Amino acid sequence: MPVQYTSIMDEHQTVRQSLGVFDISHMGEVFVSGPNAARWLNRLLTNQIEKLSPGEGQYTFLLNEEGGVIDDLLAYQHAPGEYLLVVNASKITEDVAWMEAHLEEGVTLSNRSDDYAALAIQGPNAVAFWESFFTGIALPARNRIATFTHNGTSFFAARTGYTGEDGFELFFPATQGAAIWSALLAQGAPFGLKPCGLGSRDSLRLEMCYPLNGSDLSPERTPLEAGMAFFVDLEKGDFIGKATLEAQKRDGLSVRLVPFKMVGKTPPPRSHYPVVRDGEVVGETTSGGLSPSLGTGIGMVYLPASWAKAGESIEIDIRGRRFPAVIEKKPLYRKQA
Amino acid sequence: MNVPEELRYATSHEWAKVEEGRARVGITDHAQAELTDVVYVELPTVGDKVDAGAPVAVVESVKAASDIYAPVSGTILEVNSALESDPALVNTDAFGEGWLFVISVDAPEEVDALLTAEGYREQIG
Repeated sequence: MPVQYTSIMDEHQTVRQSLGVFDISHMGEVFVSGPNAARWLNRLLTNQIEKLSPGEGQYTFLLNEEGGVIDDLLAYQHAPGEYLLVVNASKITEDVAWMEAHLEEGVTLSNRSDDYAALAIQGPNAVAFWESFFTGIALPARNRIATFTHNGTSFFAARTGYTGEDGFELFFPATQGAAIWSALLAQGAPFGLKPCGLGSRDSLRLEMCYPLNGSDLSPERTPLEAGMAFFVDLEKGDFIGKATLEAQKRDGLSVRLVPFKMVGKTPPPRSHYPVVRDGEVVGETTSGGLSPSLGTGIGMVYLPASWAKAGESIEIDIRGRRFPAVIEKKPLYRKQA
Repeated sequence: MNVPEELRYATSHEWAKVEEGRARVGITDHAQAELTDVVYVELPTVGDKVDAGAPVAVVESVKAASDIYAPVSGTILEVNSALESDPALVNTDAFGEGWLFVISVDAPEEVDALLTAEGYREQIG
């Protein structure tokens, strides 16, 4: 996926206002099956996998022994004992090595990342486009995945995304990649469908405060520090990294990932800029950029949990000059009702 | 891509319009097209003395922050303060209203070392 096809601004607004397609074929598809698959996944992942019914998915985390994030992923249950994990491209090798090292009897792991192409179709016209493209096939409900064959190609389609807009992600044999891409763009024209790149994918997810692994998530930070407690079930049985998370919950967090917005006219913040409070550097931005929807710079940073709350002022050091910013609530962008 | 004949060019994609010992400087149409969506321009301060090739300004697009280099050595004489409220002028009129600064030409031989329109066209191919 290129950074942009035409312009990040245009592509961003395309997804917010009509419909965009992202080539996410680089993402990893790992299949887990067997009689012990659910129990095993529950030992590796933070969310409660037993909550899933067939055809349902959940956002979850793979942690190291210290509770730090190896990867954030979506886990779907195709059928009892059959799961699909959709993982970050840069982490496929590491995730699979970690899972293989922890593999148990009664669990089969199959990394099919090279066999699948994947496209994310996102925007308010997603439902109308689906009905036109996949006529007669039911669009899965939010967080659900459907399996079907269309014009001889077998698809998984999941009602999910990374933009804050309605939409779906399609997974299908990589050999069909170019043909499906062309067919979607041709038939999507009446719905305003345009190809969108990595730049708008980042600005869209940042407006929603969805974390990006490698930037906002890291092996040194836990999902609780990243503000993702909703996807961590501390009531279920033991899982790797749980002890650290329980201690953090008991003792309170020392740092917390918070979104911020620049105040007034400033250069856009970017990742790894120093964050200053009362003249002292207190952190470093993990993400940053111009929000095309808000017209102002936005970003995220880990700050001391004792004071890092919405409404508190900070400064961002941009090339040696300090610009005012304010901590905000998630998400930074809310769709007009 | 528009590459006006009367200008000289740096390999780092700045243009210079040299007149009476002064050079008006901006970024080329090619550069603005590559950057797209300029959202902020950090200009030098009038009176700054800079060497040819030194970073003197920053053009920020949604995509990235890009250093802009002095094409010749000299003193900054003027800056385009219109860019503070309308940075997109760099996109819409790269060779006109989107100019960045005016610098004195202290060493005229440095102008000769800049590319001609033909040389720059070859570079961006």
